[in-house]
Amino acid sequence: MRAPRNGPGPRTEPGGNGFRNGGPRRRTLLAAAAAVPTAALLPGCSGGDGRRGGRGRSVLRFQSLAWQKESVDANKQLVAEWNRLHPDIPVQYVQGAWPTVHDQLLTSFEGGEAPDIIHDASDDLADFAYGGYLADLTGLLPRRLKDDIPARGWESGTFGGRVYGIPFLQEPRVLIADGVKLRRSGVRVPTADAPWTWEEFGEVAKELTGGGGYGVAWPLKEPVSVTLNLALSTGGRIFRRRPDGRAEVRFDAADQVVPRTIHDQVNVVRSAARTTLGMGGADTLPGFFAGRYAILPLGFSYRQQIAQQAPKDFEWTVLPAPRGAGGADQGVSPQTLSIAADCPRKEEAMAFVDFLLRPPNMARLALGDWMLPTGREALKAPELHEDRHDWATGTALADTLRAAPAQSVRGYPEWKDKIATPGFQEYYSGAIDLDELRQRLVHDGNLVLARYQR
Amino acid sequence: MALLCYLVFLAFPFLWLVSTAFKPPRELGSLHPTWIPRAPTLDNFRTAFDEQPLLQAAANSLLAAAVSALVAIVLATPMAYVLARLRTRFARAATGWVVVSQAFPLVLVIIPLFLVLKTLHLVDARTGLILVYVVWSLPFALWMLTGYVRAVPPELEEAAAVDGAGRLRTLVSVTGPLLAPGIVATGLFAFITAWNEFFFALVLLKSPEKQTMPVVLTHFLGAEGVADLGPLAAAALLATLPSLLLFAVIQRRITGGMLAGAVKN
Repeated sequence: MRAPRNGPGPRTEPGGNGFRNGGPRRRTLLAAAAAVPTAALLPGCSGGDGRRGGRGRSVLRFQSLAWQKESVDANKQLVAEWNRLHPDIPVQYVQGAWPTVHDQLLTSFEGGEAPDIIHDASDDLADFAYGGYLADLTGLLPRRLKDDIPARGWESGTFGGRVYGIPFLQEPRVLIADGVKLRRSGVRVPTADAPWTWEEFGEVAKELTGGGGYGVAWPLKEPVSVTLNLALSTGGRIFRRRPDGRAEVRFDAADQVVPRTIHDQVNVVRSAARTTLGMGGADTLPGFFAGRYAILPLGFSYRQQIAQQAPKDFEWTVLPAPRGAGGADQGVSPQTLSIAADCPRKEEAMAFVDFLLRPPNMARLALGDWMLPTGREALKAPELHEDRHDWATGTALADTLRAAPAQSVRGYPEWKDKIATPGFQEYYSGAIDLDELRQRLVHDGNLVLARYQR
Repeated sequence: MALLCYLVFLAFPFLWLVSTAFKPPRELGSLHPTWIPRAPTLDNFRTAFDEQPLLQAAANSLLAAAVSALVAIVLATPMAYVLARLRTRFARAATGWVVVSQAFPLVLVIIPLFLVLKTLHLVDARTGLILVYVVWSLPFALWMLTGYVRAVPPELEEAAAVDGAGRLRTLVSVTGPLLAPGIVATGLFAFITAWNEFFFALVLLKSPEKQTMPVVLTHFLGAEGVADLGPLAAAALLATLPSLLLFAVIQRRITGGMLAGAVKN
């Protein structure tokens, strides 16, 4: 439980000045020097307690990572609606930010000052869950919410058999294509029911290359999650569980299909732009609009940026990611809502979460973030099935989304940062071959994981 | 020529920021960006103000920066004077420690600091943040001011004493004016450090109404490096202006202050 926070307020009592020999002028000067900063501090000393409601009730703090205008608006509106309907359980909206959420939460947890309701991504939760910072939601979940989200969705918020995060928004990786180039090339246009195979995608990329342009641009500034999540379609999992429950890294034939395809597109066939390998998704958009790249593999939510920034006459379309021997499955790390272990009113916090994730509300949040809701009912919202901005294409992919295989593995962040990210970057740029990549991912990687699984 | 190159190097990011802040979204996505927006717009500023409490954040930053700079100066000036004038082993050790303390990374201190402030009930309080800023900027302020004090010839103080001025009078009438530019420059440094500081503000302040400008700027960023670029540039431009204005106003005074009081009447 948190210690009560009664801010001390400014300490203005003089306590004696101690200047026995100081004349009046000197005393005045010294007193003034001391008073100026103290007086300036006065408006800042609000006591440090922002958690009291208007009528003295304690406030539940909901830290949201919504950042796009529509999404922030939807969150704030829902909080306002809740507060109107439940004046006895006031919730305060607190704005967080994606780039800093991990550090900020970590220090907050360590100091026992975490927000009560926490918005994060499922791949960031493992350490917090295993560290005992998050409440086990298993017994708190209302039946409606439990049934509404499919089992494969719950996997992403479950660690050690307990639910620590409620997945509510997710986004598939899709291929965003230049509609005109695609049409002119005469290639088969894939659908959610009949995506391209990885081989077909390779051929199409080759077909679309020429005239100074590339068939595809892979923005792989963060190559690991892209590779691992897409590798599910070829049956690749990279992380596997041994009979004793420990995770180990493997890099077998099924795991290698996607990395090899990307490598060959960049280095052998040259149907993919080498310069975009170090870029983030948004960095590739100007080249896409200028016709330099025909296809961008990006997250579904990038449509918002594209709709906003694309030249008016630019025709773009959303295609499903390629399928492989494992079908069209791909891994995702959904956005989640959790409750802090320190939260003194977990049932009430869960009631708010339940309200926030009612089907119409979940759909509002999804539309605001240009993502897909995890709930079956929310997914039926008509707006999510419109052709405008290719919502329908993405919504049709919802059944193919699985919990990213790596996220529940302890030590994954270190493996990703120290081993896999440089390894994949060097492999994709052609600096090392597949054997060297395999050696690093498996041999060096398992040494890292072993430290976490003693 | 080298100076010109340096100025261009320094000015480039700022001018690009200005240009971006006035561009509509479609120009932001252009492969051939122009310095001057083809269809300049104030929409980014409107959106930035609509989406985030920028004025409140600026006021919070201003309060934290101004008060911490003031307190740092009030504390550092007499300490610097003592360190500069007392050429003892202790003074040298203290100065050395001040220099070494600058090498501590933030992440090393943040959790213990958080726990200490929590015990003092100063987490999520502006007072706590200001206290941290004072402590954080004090060593460097002390170091800077020690240099300024050393630059004031002790002979001037001795001459004042010979003329019959007391210790306080000497400090106020002789040393003070000569130190003024240094005090202003150090205060400016402390102000800018606190104004730009991000990590402490992120970790220590929880309530939305207390957040400072650098923290609020991150709210324009999404996952995987995606950004609401136009409003972000507009907000960042607003965040840059106070520092620039302060420099513009104070720069002349620093130069003027250097000359004032240098000649004994």
